[in-house]
Amino acid sequence: MTQLALVIDLNVCVGCHACVTSCKEWNTSGWAGPMVDQRPYDADPTGTFFNRVQTFEVGEYPNTETVHFPKSCLHCEEPPCVPVCPTGASYKREDNGVVLVDYDKCIGCKYCSWACPYGVRELDEMQKVMKKCTLCIDRITDQTKPESERKPACVLACPTSARLFGDVHDPDSEASVAIRERGGYQLMPEWGTNPANHYLPRRKTRIQIFEDELERADNPLDKEHPLPAASGDTLDDVSF
Amino acid sequence: MHPAFSVIFLTTLIGAGQGMFMALVTGQVYSMANLLEAQDNVRFYAMGSLMALVLLGGGLVAAVFHLGKPSYFFTRAWRGVTQWRTSWLSRELIALPAFMLAVFLYGLVHYLGWTGPLFVIKGVIPVDASLIIGTLGVIMAVVLYVCTAMIYASLRFLQEWHSPLTVANFIFFGLASGFTLTAAFSAWSGVGLVGFYGTWAVVFTIVAAITRGFSMLRNSRIKHKSDMRSALGIRHPKITQCSMGFMGGSFNTREYFHGKSPATLEAVRLFFLICVFALPVALLAASNAMQSEYLPILAFVVQYLGLLAERWYFFAEAKHPQNLYYQTVG
Ligand code: SF4
Ligand code: SF4
Repeated sequence: MTQLALVIDLNVCVGCHACVTSCKEWNTSGWAGPMVDQRPYDADPTGTFFNRVQTFEVGEYPNTETVHFPKSCLHCEEPPCVPVCPTGASYKREDNGVVLVDYDKCIGCKYCSWACPYGVRELDEMQKVMKKCTLCIDRITDQTKPESERKPACVLACPTSARLFGDVHDPDSEASVAIRERGGYQLMPEWGTNPANHYLPRRKTRIQIFEDELERADNPLDKEHPLPAASGDTLDDVSF
Repeated sequence: MHPAFSVIFLTTLIGAGQGMFMALVTGQVYSMANLLEAQDNVRFYAMGSLMALVLLGGGLVAAVFHLGKPSYFFTRAWRGVTQWRTSWLSRELIALPAFMLAVFLYGLVHYLGWTGPLFVIKGVIPVDASLIIGTLGVIMAVVLYVCTAMIYASLRFLQEWHSPLTVANFIFFGLASGFTLTAAFSAWSGVGLVGFYGTWAVVFTIVAAITRGFSMLRNSRIKHKSDMRSALGIRHPKITQCSMGFMGGSFNTREYFHGKSPATLEAVRLFFLICVFALPVALLAASNAMQSEYLPILAFVVQYLGLLAERWYFFAEAKHPQNLYYQTVG
């Protein structure tokens, strides 16, 4: 079975919110729209979003690190939000594992959002139905688009390529390889929801270099220190 | 969680309605066993059923306002009964109208006086239509309590609710308020059952105090499974949110935070401890001593107000793990 998902690389995300705006732009005018705003130009603007980018500080000054953290529905493989829905409006697609809401069935009871530990479902204030990331279902399944464009809007918009998209059940997909080789992990594994989306951790690239690898003890160009007394053979003395 | 008044009224009203119906049937069974005097079909049983039905109907109206739009009640709510295999909410949506129908039929049978025995078991227990409907209704009332409570108790992330104590609380709070109301109803209609119902009301109130006490104790010591580390997958003891990604709030900030100070919470708790447990017991005891017809009514009003506060507190005390992601406006 196919399980489509996003793999988000926290190591390269710069927190630019391009995924947030492109998501809203695509989805408010598409199948999942509208995503209505209230008071957009006033105090306390608010509205429906499927994707948010948050920022966290890890550690204590001065040893801190800033982590930008994009967050949307994780399309769990054991989605706790689906069985609780009384109307059947929330469902998980059999063919590709995307978790969706049928807006024509939803009664806006909010129960599914209570049952999601990640806080990624939002009730649309105008339509009064539950909304959430659709992985741009109307885009990724649109056979009229060229293959390269059959990806969620956020993935195409990300300027740093921090978002990978693919089938996490196919071991050779870009997403699966990234999860496997770059330490991909799931959020809140303690609840057994088995999220399909994964995150790649921040990485530090360090090379191990020792002092004597940088400085040759018997560097003939070293003007500051006296040359070591020739005691025993050095590499230069070895004749072949 | 943010307490929603629609759900607070729904759960407290139907809880009392179920309790009252169970009280009526209990009274009928006792009088059949000649332990209590028999009561008038119309004035006591039919009127009592009507009162229970009014409470249940009130709960239903409150539930309508919990829907995204009240119009969904007519256009879409029927779909809510389709997912009973997996959803406790769906089960409740079946159990509530079914139970209301049972209460209606029970009242109707009494009103029409169809209480002649249909058959007699072992020559001593005369079974009439009201007894059959009453027994089925009591079972449905219990089922409805369980469905309502399991809506909350089944959510494993809401650890404060995820406990059998939640189910026990819903049952005993409902029984306590229902029996108190029936005592008040008896007093008001001059029926000599105030002592009987009052005694049971006190018993259920005390049991509810014990189960709620245990759940408060459990919740005060609860260790939440999720923390910032598991929420972000970053192994560091100190993680601070700088920005939740927006400034003006969202559904996630409105639905999951009650926004009240710990002092307010403590005050609400004190209020409900007094109004649900202490005062009604005292008032019912006093009414027994003074034979007053007003004190049981006062006892019910006080207990119901207390239960509204209790239900508010029940929501406010539950901490949803999603709140980890929504801590700093920015
Ligand atoms: S992240 Fe939440 S809304 Fe999405 S599938 Fe998982 S539980 Fe459901
Ligand atoms: S809000 Fe809609 S999708 Fe969610 S549980 Fe209720 S009916 Fe189902």
